[in-house]
Amino acid sequence: MEDLRRAAETNIREYGFPVAIDEKSGALQWVDMRDLTVKYIISIENIQNFFEGLKEGKLLATKCRKCGEVFFPPQKDCPRCMDEDMDWIELKNEGTLDTLTVIFVRPPSFAAYDPYTVAIATLEDGVKVTAWLKGDPKKIKPGQKVKIEVSRRKEGYFMYEIVPVEG
Amino acid sequence: MSVAIIGVGHSRFGARKDVNVPELAWEAIKPAMQSANVEQKDIDFMVVGTAGLWSSEAAVPPLLYEYGMFEDVGSMRVEAACATGNAAIRVGYTAIESGEADAVLVVGLEKMQESPNPTVIELIGRFGSYFWEFENFGLTFPGYYALHATAYMAKYGATEEDFAKVAVKNHHYGAKNPKAQFQREISLEQAINSPYVAWPFKLFDCSPITDGSAAVILASEEKVKEWGIEEKIWILSQGVGTGTANLSRRESFTSLKSASYAAEVAYRKAGIDIDAPYRQIDGADVHDCFTAAEIIAYEDLRFAKRGEGVELIREEQTYIGGRIPVNVDGGLKAKGHPIGATGVSQAVEAFKQLLNKAENGRQIDVKNGRYLAHNVGGTGHYTYVTIYGLEKR
Repeated sequence: MEDLRRAAETNIREYGFPVAIDEKSGALQWVDMRDLTVKYIISIENIQNFFEGLKEGKLLATKCRKCGEVFFPPQKDCPRCMDEDMDWIELKNEGTLDTLTVIFVRPPSFAAYDPYTVAIATLEDGVKVTAWLKGDPKKIKPGQKVKIEVSRRKEGYFMYEIVPVEG
Repeated sequence: MSVAIIGVGHSRFGARKDVNVPELAWEAIKPAMQSANVEQKDIDFMVVGTAGLWSSEAAVPPLLYEYGMFEDVGSMRVEAACATGNAAIRVGYTAIESGEADAVLVVGLEKMQESPNPTVIELIGRFGSYFWEFENFGLTFPGYYALHATAYMAKYGATEEDFAKVAVKNHHYGAKNPKAQFQREISLEQAINSPYVAWPFKLFDCSPITDGSAAVILASEEKVKEWGIEEKIWILSQGVGTGTANLSRRESFTSLKSASYAAEVAYRKAGIDIDAPYRQIDGADVHDCFTAAEIIAYEDLRFAKRGEGVELIREEQTYIGGRIPVNVDGGLKAKGHPIGATGVSQAVEAFKQLLNKAENGRQIDVKNGRYLAHNVGGTGHYTYVTIYGLEKR
């Protein structure tokens, strides 16, 4: 992409247009002059307790006061009871690893990180959690015991992670 | 009202730097209209399946309306992630079934290479649950499916080598498909020695980033009679399933619930025995966005019992001559996976296979006159199972 951009800059001067030739096919391309940066602003107004909990090292979920359904990711509404009468509960800290993968080819927005392991674990109260797995992915297999910990990311913010339980 | 496919078109898949969006679409629309022997005025609805984001044009139906000089025609853009193509067929199919339309042009289209690969990797990663999977944990598309592959390996003892065998098969047939992105065979060693993308998936476990288009003309039974159409296949049934946004809200990672549900609905509607559907179907295109996904599809579609899908590939039962030939067009793996075009490309393949028009070395034996297409969007978010037949239901 950078090659194309440079070629287009040169071609604006020499040829009169932001164009470049695709190396593989030899086909002429217009190199877009308009850049777009996307950054979403996402409301967490109704789940702010979740973030308060995380700061204290706790993983919180919502639980419907009527039917007892536990929601993780936390939901404001219980669609079964058509109600929004929810309690915030702390999830069990320990569980079992369901599955994992190591992301080698990373999105550009995660370029600051080395290859990372993403795992899914089922906590003792039955709730499943997707998060990064701390430690060597080669040393853990589905079925083994894990726990949830909260730590600060390289980017500075708090996030929960799945951590193998020794022994 | 029965619905038939009366014409098909398919562009060459690959890196199509030689054409822009409407030119690429026209490569499929033109042969579809010509093979159906219809003109612009005969089309009363136009559905365009395209996921977009990576390509410049957003108002794609109007763009194709303009480029193709259509007139007085309704149109709609459809998106269902990687199942966009079959979702577009769904719209056309139901429009005719309900009597709202008589002849529908369905176009599946994607020009992914208008953006550089890293941008596409970034955008596809966001097809999961944005906040709880992507924003904080950087899942990529290979990653979502790798989570399923790991679970399948742990539960049933499949290996990375087993997965590679799917790639070898699909490249074997891709090599015989002149429209495929990769028209070359690969060896098991090549596949196994390729670099990791998302463990346990390596480069050769993954479908590529592709430009391509496919188009079909759907017509009502009435129009088929009126126009005296001889070359046609019928849509016998379609099952559509939905899955949770988050993988963590699912019970199992060795099956896609949306797919097993969609299959059951499609089989029941088409009168196919759900215990051994492969006895009544001659071949299938399944959604092999990743190798392990094809094996899981064998089980969700009941071509094999749970845990035995891997045996099908080990025993080469999904090659031509086996229990049921699967992805003999190269699949997403070798044919390529232009998101919105894939589901429509599967319909084109059903048409070619059932009418004995496939190229040398990749024509299946047509005995029952039925072909199945399994198209999954997102991480199992949407599944469309469509059954096509030579005889109407």
